[in-house]
Amino acid sequence: MSTPTVEHSAALDAAESGSTELINVTFRIRRFNPEEHPEPVWVDYQLLMDPKERVLDALNKIKWEQDGTLTYRRSCAHGICGSDAMRINGRNRLACKTLVKDVNPEKPITIEAIKGLAVLKDLIVDMDPFFQAYKDVMPFLITKGNEPTRERLQSQEDRERFDDTTKCILCAACTSSCPVFWNDGQYFGPAAIVNAHRFIFDSRDEGAEQRLEILNDREGVWRCRTTFNCSEACPRGIEVTKAIQEVKRALVTRRF
Amino acid sequence: MSSEIKDLVVPSLQAHTGQGLGTGNPADAFVVEPARSRSVKTPRRTRTNFEMLAWLFMRLSGVVLVVLVLGHLLINLMLDGGVSKVSFAFVAGRWASPFWQVWDLLMLWLAMLHGANGMRTVITDYAEKDSTRLWLKGLLAVATVFTVLLGTLVIFTFDPNI
Repeated sequence: MSTPTVEHSAALDAAESGSTELINVTFRIRRFNPEEHPEPVWVDYQLLMDPKERVLDALNKIKWEQDGTLTYRRSCAHGICGSDAMRINGRNRLACKTLVKDVNPEKPITIEAIKGLAVLKDLIVDMDPFFQAYKDVMPFLITKGNEPTRERLQSQEDRERFDDTTKCILCAACTSSCPVFWNDGQYFGPAAIVNAHRFIFDSRDEGAEQRLEILNDREGVWRCRTTFNCSEACPRGIEVTKAIQEVKRALVTRRF
Repeated sequence: MSSEIKDLVVPSLQAHTGQGLGTGNPADAFVVEPARSRSVKTPRRTRTNFEMLAWLFMRLSGVVLVVLVLGHLLINLMLDGGVSKVSFAFVAGRWASPFWQVWDLLMLWLAMLHGANGMRTVITDYAEKDSTRLWLKGLLAVATVFTVLLGTLVIFTFDPNI
């Protein structure tokens, strides 16, 4: 008796023989060297790529094979660390989760740093103001009373309540897509509010009132104008605007 | 892509690094900081509900204004011969009734405060320096209070026999 074999498809054949159709792609990268010139400049790089490769692979290829001075952040390269958020074809995305074929490789693919934060070099921005807003909403468990002797239990429904906002990887794609944040960097921004939401609606946490008070401030949730840029930008698919609206609703219902 | 960007595009072989305008001293770097950004020193300001009440007011007054303003436009511009009928006598005739006095008073207050709060949002969006913000908001507050008070005064002291 022979073991059943999988029908060989064309794709499987291609994968086994290692043959892929390579295409010519132009990457137009907005480069900036603050020590040399006050103006950024768009530089074109030509690459021969498999369209199923990611934009991050293209950046690596450029840096390793063409121009070692190209500067960008990446760590895990698999959409978990949140280091490589950048503006690709005018939209905030993670370079490691964006396939070349999905951003129209027929035309030059533009890559630039995320907006609203100071560009330090090429695709690297100063993330300090972003993380300051994150710290300001106290993104840690706050409890009163004595430490329990065992773990803090939670029902599945209670966990479900804030499940969406636990997915945040702090890549800043949402905050740097927000027009209110572009105009006024003191606004907390979607990412900070998402992380406040994660604790405000956690049944184990007792610091909700403090966090709501912080977000009730002048630079808090009331500056959100529900343009949905953040929800569209989030590489994790978090419904960011919905989370912000839930914080607003919690404030209104608790204050009246 | 705008022509401005196109002018700045350079092919990758052309050295755009190399001798630039910099001094070589990192302290002189051309980094452009955003005008307003959050730091440890950003003050934790209010402990009031002002922003929430302003937000709620915008929504509630908006709903009421849809009725008030559309009704106002319908009566003044559409019915009974359109805008040509509006005269001193027409206004005097309507303000003889307390119903239209209240209607116009409500519309004046809600529209002015709604508009002023919208302008306040525009100022916080576009004015970067705290002093500019303070001046613009001061000017806005003076203009709003003046218009609201003057309008209220006229509605209550209107004399059709002058």
